[in-house]
Amino acid sequence: MDKIWLIIKREYLIRVKKKSFVVMTILGPILMAALIITPTLLTMQDQQDRVIAISGNQLDFLEPLNDIENTHFSMIPQEEIDNLKQDFSNTNYYALLDFENENFIIYSDQQISLSIKRSISSKIEKVIERKKLKKAGINLKILEESITKIKIQTKIVNVNGESINSSTEASMGIGFITGILIYFFIFMYGTMVMRGVIEEKTNRIVEVIISSVKPFQLMMGKIIGVALVGLSQFTLWIVLTVIISAIAEIFLLNPSDIINETNSINNAKVLIQVNELIGGINLIQIGSCFFFYFLSGYLMYSSLFAAVGSAVDAEADTQQFVIPITIPLILAIMLIQPVMDNPDGSLAFWLSIIPFTSPVIMMVRLPFGVEIWELVISMLSITVSFILSTYLAAKIYRTGILMYGKKTTYKELWKWLTYKG
Amino acid sequence: MTDILLEIKDVVKVYGDYTALNKVNLTIPKGSIYGLLGPNGAGKTTLMRIINQITAPDSGSVIFNGEVLQREHISMIGYLPEERGLYKKMKVGEQALYLAQLKGMSYSEALEKLKYWFKKFEIIEWWPKKVEELSKGMAQKIQFIVTILHKPKLLIFDEPFSGFDPINAALIRKEILNLRELGTTIIFSTHRMESVEEICDRIALINNAETILEGAIEDIKKDFEQNTYQIATKNNTLTESKEFIIKKHEDQIFYIEINTNFNKKDLITTLNQNNDIISFKKHTPSMEEIFIKAIQNG
Repeated sequence: MDKIWLIIKREYLIRVKKKSFVVMTILGPILMAALIITPTLLTMQDQQDRVIAISGNQLDFLEPLNDIENTHFSMIPQEEIDNLKQDFSNTNYYALLDFENENFIIYSDQQISLSIKRSISSKIEKVIERKKLKKAGINLKILEESITKIKIQTKIVNVNGESINSSTEASMGIGFITGILIYFFIFMYGTMVMRGVIEEKTNRIVEVIISSVKPFQLMMGKIIGVALVGLSQFTLWIVLTVIISAIAEIFLLNPSDIINETNSINNAKVLIQVNELIGGINLIQIGSCFFFYFLSGYLMYSSLFAAVGSAVDAEADTQQFVIPITIPLILAIMLIQPVMDNPDGSLAFWLSIIPFTSPVIMMVRLPFGVEIWELVISMLSITVSFILSTYLAAKIYRTGILMYGKKTTYKELWKWLTYKG
Repeated sequence: MTDILLEIKDVVKVYGDYTALNKVNLTIPKGSIYGLLGPNGAGKTTLMRIINQITAPDSGSVIFNGEVLQREHISMIGYLPEERGLYKKMKVGEQALYLAQLKGMSYSEALEKLKYWFKKFEIIEWWPKKVEELSKGMAQKIQFIVTILHKPKLLIFDEPFSGFDPINAALIRKEILNLRELGTTIIFSTHRMESVEEICDRIALINNAETILEGAIEDIKKDFEQNTYQIATKNNTLTESKEFIIKKHEDQIFYIEINTNFNKKDLITTLNQNNDIISFKKHTPSMEEIFIKAIQNG
């Protein structure tokens, strides 16, 4: 037991002390934040005014063409239009909208953005529609009044007979994010274990070590050490994200906004809305299940990754063995959407019981509510699986780490499983 | 029982349809240097792995110091495998401490002993360096220290001199002989026959998963002595005769094999009649010759 502790310590420290760990730990939340902030920033930057020229001759036709957000339309005489078509350099116009025989053409000295193209076309479509409706003698006022928008509120009735607000959107969001995160972590730390095994094999240190400890101790020490690295990194990410967002809030919020009464009321409203959104979702359950499925999924997959690492001489040779391991994981990611569409269907049920997909799929299903017995079966199934996969992986590992310069086949792996201690 | 450290009895190890060891028997006396010889793939490494409990025999037994080999014996055995390496990214000192602790030494004991050996080998300045900065020979020195650090009763060296320059090889040889003086038993696997003759007391020759020779070096040599003599002549010529055949002529020495029914006492007289003899002696086979001969016959 002392020895496995020594191995865990080494595996943990060697990775935590690495520069790449420090960089990833700091960059992780920043990248995450950037991922959220960048689109917002980009749309904010998009606020510059654009003027699109239209021919004055089409005035009567295009008269109701109002401004779209920051895009304005300006009518110019036909001569100027002809000039523009040949030379765009000396104008401030963003683009020129012209049409010949029902064909609309946009001229510009640059590629115009897809969103502008879309909004112009939908605008024109609307104008033409209205013209047609008017021609048919339909009262546009009545038509406008008849446009209705409704909002559906969903509530979940629990066993106590209380009904709690719920939100399909929030459930989908949380399910999707946690499912992807589990996939990401299992993959990232699983391959970390694999690389560690290959390193020991190519460095030729493995035989020295297993003359002191059992191969199983070395493998488990590495798997547990890397798991602790993952948990440390994850904890640091949460802590750092909280700190960064707190700082960002202080710097980004205008100080005058804080004392502004209406703003604080708005903030309170937002808080209430957030509460309403996630009110029906058991966050504690999701948090603890995330921890459980990360750990059990990781233990199962990383032992398989360790077995792969032991069977090859270099990372370049891992492909043929890694693909069958990763296919179920990738399949789980691809099936997130159908599972979300019907979180209680048989597809969702079976994928959350089958241990290869359950870590991802169960996380996706949880925010929608999962029966306790299903959760218990799923957890039992993955627990049994990781014990089994660790047992089998250890057998392959034990033989594989001492095989050099031999191309390993599946047949060979099967033979290794049958060798005696 | 007391003067035997390790006894291998009828050990069999089979991998699938490949037999690595077939009823191998060895007896290794305490305080001896025991040469384990054999061509590549003969089963030497498998045998060493069994002694180190990296793998278990399918049948047969291994008796260590009078007891059946078990996990607790790990700390009494030191193993320097042929495929040996170190973690490249780890610092030399840290790594040596780690490996020593894995053998069951306490941190403080390991630190103290490592400092002693690093100073003795004049490599103390490498302590904070990373392994990747060292040459192969330097790394080998560290591996050697780590192997012997916990004062094992039994040391197993697989090709210990490969990768060393002659000066360092001599240093390691000296340390190995020192360890024997201190009572350590040493198993020594190598292809380099000259080092076998220099330092081994006993040998075992393994070929095709079986022991084909075992015993003290002198005894084995005696068994392989044949009617071969080494002769040097003044003018470097030797007149042929029907009493003997010239096996080879190398470095101005004739190797002759005399007919078995020929009286050996008359040999010198016969030779002297026709040649001007400078030297004449009975040829003792080298381990290399024995090795090749035994394998060809076996």
